[in-house]
Amino acid sequence: MRNLFLFVWKHNFFFLFFLLETISVYFLVSHNYFQRATFISSANNVSGSINEASSNITDYFNLRDANKALAAENARLHSYNKAAFDSYTKSSVFVNDTIYRQKYQYRSAKVVSNSVSNQKNYITLNIGSKQGVKKNMAVICPQGVVGIVEEVSDNFSAVMSMLHRDTKISSKVKKDGSFGPLFWEGGDPRYVTLTDIPTHVKLVKGAKGDTIVTSAYSTIFPEGIMIGTVEETVVKSGEYFQTIKVKLSTPFKSLNHVYVIENILKDEQEILENTVKKNDQ
Amino acid sequence: MISDILKNILRFVVLVLVQVLVVRNMDLGRYFVPFIYVMFIVMLPFETPNWMLLLLSFFMGIVIDMFYGTLGMHAAACVFVGFCRPGILKLFSPRDGYEFGVQPTIQYLGVPWFLSYAAILTVLHHLVLFYVEVFRLNDFFITFLRVICSSLVTLLLIVISQFLFYRNKQQQ
Repeated sequence: MRNLFLFVWKHNFFFLFFLLETISVYFLVSHNYFQRATFISSANNVSGSINEASSNITDYFNLRDANKALAAENARLHSYNKAAFDSYTKSSVFVNDTIYRQKYQYRSAKVVSNSVSNQKNYITLNIGSKQGVKKNMAVICPQGVVGIVEEVSDNFSAVMSMLHRDTKISSKVKKDGSFGPLFWEGGDPRYVTLTDIPTHVKLVKGAKGDTIVTSAYSTIFPEGIMIGTVEETVVKSGEYFQTIKVKLSTPFKSLNHVYVIENILKDEQEILENTVKKNDQ
Repeated sequence: MISDILKNILRFVVLVLVQVLVVRNMDLGRYFVPFIYVMFIVMLPFETPNWMLLLLSFFMGIVIDMFYGTLGMHAAACVFVGFCRPGILKLFSPRDGYEFGVQPTIQYLGVPWFLSYAAILTVLHHLVLFYVEVFRLNDFFITFLRVICSSLVTLLLIVISQFLFYRNKQQQ
């Protein structure tokens, strides 16, 4: 035993290296678990507030683009305004509004930290659980999808960007509704991949390519949120499905203002689906 | 001695802030992702005990990880660099060892010495970092290209900052 201690002491440099490296790798592989301990994630108060301060400054450089995007969105919203509609006929059918109930609630948020150059990119937002953000809410911007909320602290939330290798979003081809999972293969932050679309669906490629939107089968995203356009399709001979390279419509490099979407009926739907699954077994 | 410690603490803080606030926002494309904070490990004094070297490297990595939200990734790379540093210093040491009071900078030991020493540490750091980030061997050569390109930019930044901030040393 004494010899063992002597041996460890003699090679303390190597053993300390080994210990620290083990700790690092342990952090690395149990990343999701430790992110919950928000004091060491990017959503903690120290790094969060420094990131926010820096984003407050860099925001000024993006004002022009942000204004443009907001103006475009204002225009779009104005077009939904009652004043923008002309009534068709005096004898309109009376629709009781209680038929519709609100399913999605939107919260606006500001991006305080963002990256596109890593393989697992996260975005930090300036609202958190105090403002009602919860895990697994959808995040979009006026141009398209952004990601899914991964962790929340009191005043910040960490969003798993669309540009993260583990993000999967159920999406569909807008024109005919054929759907499949959409994910990022790493590499170029302008493109994502959509698989499982049957080969008989002929798609238009290039600048005026077919539009890809979120499908209705996700409990996170509302249906029909813009994702991007078809850039290329790959059909391997003998396969029934094609792989599609999608050009993202969201400008991930200049994200600024985003919306966090809460699906109010999500829990209800998931509980129901889980009961059905349980009954099956 | 005390002023050395203060200097290193100051360098630590400044490098973290520069990395997080400035370098991270330099968008040079995905092949050029510099990490200038390695300079902290490169420039620790020769007299730093080995255990301290490892602990400081680990701490540097963890702090950077906190900002990047990549827990453990930078720490692993930094600890590896800290582990390699004594061996590399020995490899490049002059015939009679390093004199007391000499610091690992261009001003004391010259451009060729510093360049080769810093280049090896930087490339080792980026190698571990990028391969740990990818965590698989697909895209092996693309990742390798990223390592080389990013190391070049990091090295360039380190050398520039050496000339900017340590110019007067020799005249004193």
